[in-house]
Amino acid sequence: MNIPIPKRQLSETEYARSERCWKEAFEASPGAAKRVVNRSGIEVKPLYTPNNRADADYLESLGFPGEYPFTRGIYPSMHRGRSWTQRQLVGFGVPEDYNARLKEMLRQGANAISLIVCNSVYRGYDADETPAELLGTCGTVINTAEHMERALEGVPIERISCGINDPAPFTAFAMLLAVAKRRGIPWTQITGTSNQSDCLSHFVALQMFVRIPLPHTHRIVLDHIEFCNERVPGWNPLSVIGQHMQQAGATPAEAMAFTLCSAIQFGEDCIARGMDPDQFLPRFTFFFDISLSFFEEVAKFRAGRRIWARIARERLGAKDPRSWRFKFHAQTSGVDLTRQQPLNNIARTTAQAMAGIFGGLQSLHTDGYDEALSAPTSEAARIAVATQNILREEAGLCDVIDPLGGSYYVEALTDRMQEQIESVMAQIEAAGGMYQAVEQGLVHRMIGDSAAAFQRKVESGEQTVVGVNAYRVDENPEEYKVLGYPQPERMEAHVKQLREYKARRSNDAVCKALDELARAAQGEENTMARIVEAVEAGATHGEVCGRLRRELGFGQPLTIV
Amino acid sequence: MGKLSEQPPKVIVTKIGFDAHDRGSRVVAAHLRDAGMEVIYTPPWQDIHGVVKLAMEEDADVIGISSLATDHLLVPKLMEALREAGMADMQVIVGGIVPPKDEKLLLDAGVAHVFHPGAGLEGIAEAVRELAAKARSLRQGKVFKVLTK
Repeated sequence: MNIPIPKRQLSETEYARSERCWKEAFEASPGAAKRVVNRSGIEVKPLYTPNNRADADYLESLGFPGEYPFTRGIYPSMHRGRSWTQRQLVGFGVPEDYNARLKEMLRQGANAISLIVCNSVYRGYDADETPAELLGTCGTVINTAEHMERALEGVPIERISCGINDPAPFTAFAMLLAVAKRRGIPWTQITGTSNQSDCLSHFVALQMFVRIPLPHTHRIVLDHIEFCNERVPGWNPLSVIGQHMQQAGATPAEAMAFTLCSAIQFGEDCIARGMDPDQFLPRFTFFFDISLSFFEEVAKFRAGRRIWARIARERLGAKDPRSWRFKFHAQTSGVDLTRQQPLNNIARTTAQAMAGIFGGLQSLHTDGYDEALSAPTSEAARIAVATQNILREEAGLCDVIDPLGGSYYVEALTDRMQEQIESVMAQIEAAGGMYQAVEQGLVHRMIGDSAAAFQRKVESGEQTVVGVNAYRVDENPEEYKVLGYPQPERMEAHVKQLREYKARRSNDAVCKALDELARAAQGEENTMARIVEAVEAGATHGEVCGRLRRELGFGQPLTIV
Repeated sequence: MGKLSEQPPKVIVTKIGFDAHDRGSRVVAAHLRDAGMEVIYTPPWQDIHGVVKLAMEEDADVIGISSLATDHLLVPKLMEALREAGMADMQVIVGGIVPPKDEKLLLDAGVAHVFHPGAGLEGIAEAVRELAAKARSLRQGKVFKVLTK
């Protein structure tokens, strides 16, 4: 039986009196004088009330999920309809090691794959030009289409989305296409993302580029976007990255601002090439870090979504609502994890993952708890996947769309984060846009300053880090399991096989394809199509990068302290 | 110019190998500089012989290697190259992600100290000061030996 309860309307004076009472009681309480400032520099009040957002128009500032400006999510059903993609980063050893770990992750519930290649690949070298100690210790050694075939043996690439961590010139992507062709799978069925395509983020943080100078790397990225739009329409050629910058020290607001400025840069550059924003924008994706500052991260994502919708519609002129959607992958922050009491990191990762989920992410990687000790052991990787399964299916985080929406605090903080993000964006715009700001070192300097400021807070104890500057215990790190390195014999065999491969194949076809690539690089033609052809002709990753370096010069990283 | 012992410590902060995670190396380099030391900061991806040459040319006291993604596995080779170049007295420290079992490998190779995540900046600065003094006294001894031969 439903008994209607009469609503009691508070009069304005009653509200004001009640608020005053609380204020007086609060000010008499311990801790009332404490000033709390979040990582982005925003002072946080002790309490938020209906007054903090009195004038905001619901439809204009929040709207319904799937509706402009998408503050509450980019899809009508969000995680209730379809859970986020569980995309764990995987990569070490030889292609067979990767394949085994990949199949294990898929059995445990991961529903998309990712590939981390060896650091030698990120620098543009083949295994036979790399110090043996480093091979496969931090990613899989994949140099040829043959290697990719072995890495993806038995994996249905026509049905599963592939996140590939390869920067320009995207040889691993080219190898994936070569594998698809060999298996008779049309390129239109291949889906996934070039996770490390944002060269602007690489030049200011992490520097994951193959040593081709920035202007040329940038051009190859635009070629890649154009190529995918025409030939591989299910592929996301650009992932605009804030993750590197936040890991390198940028505050959450700075990282979001830099990322949005990068997206504007790439968007305007594509338009300048004559591309239609409604063709390329739906394939833009974003990649962020999720720090432990829980509410700040939730607000960062909600604000970013709202700002991007307006930029895509008004500044870039996109008319299709799919172009306005801010699709993003996020990774829990490794910087917040500790070497001390490493199992505590499971709790940290859980809180970070929750912030990302409440922030409305589309895809998630949770870090292994042993992040500060070594690359993840299989046990740590399993727990990371289980964390996502528990949050999704036991904790009920997917039941309601944007469950923190409407919280006085979260909405007020979303507004404040938006102001902070827009003020950083104005600084970048004043420097001539993201490309210029990166080239001038402005972004690199801002990141360095923020990293130093955060470290000062940890050193002074203002920022607690459990096990590091508080709640310390005696422990013996020798007891922790860490990931071993690839067996030297396996890696030696892999290198020997690569040498034999280079001797055996048709070098005429490879040389011809590389010459074609060189011609494209020197002229206006799309380089991506030529890179794919070179890989199909049997060229290795190192040969493609080496040829591009010879034509375009040697890129140097930024170094400002 | 004052006596050698009065000169500030001279430290190279660098990364060898292929990784470029530079948050730690930038924060540490900036702190050592602000603490009054002479810091030579290089881009990542240095090769071993480049670091040896730089240390020789700059007459550095300490080399700090930052490693976040297994590049520390090259450090034993660096130690060997320093010895071959007649710089066995060079003090080398490593900071970053070094699995416990690899720490022993580095210490056995002659590395003076390994700093792990959570290490405080002041502790690092103090160690660099002490190691610089040690490097100088070793070097002075060497000069003396040559002169009296």
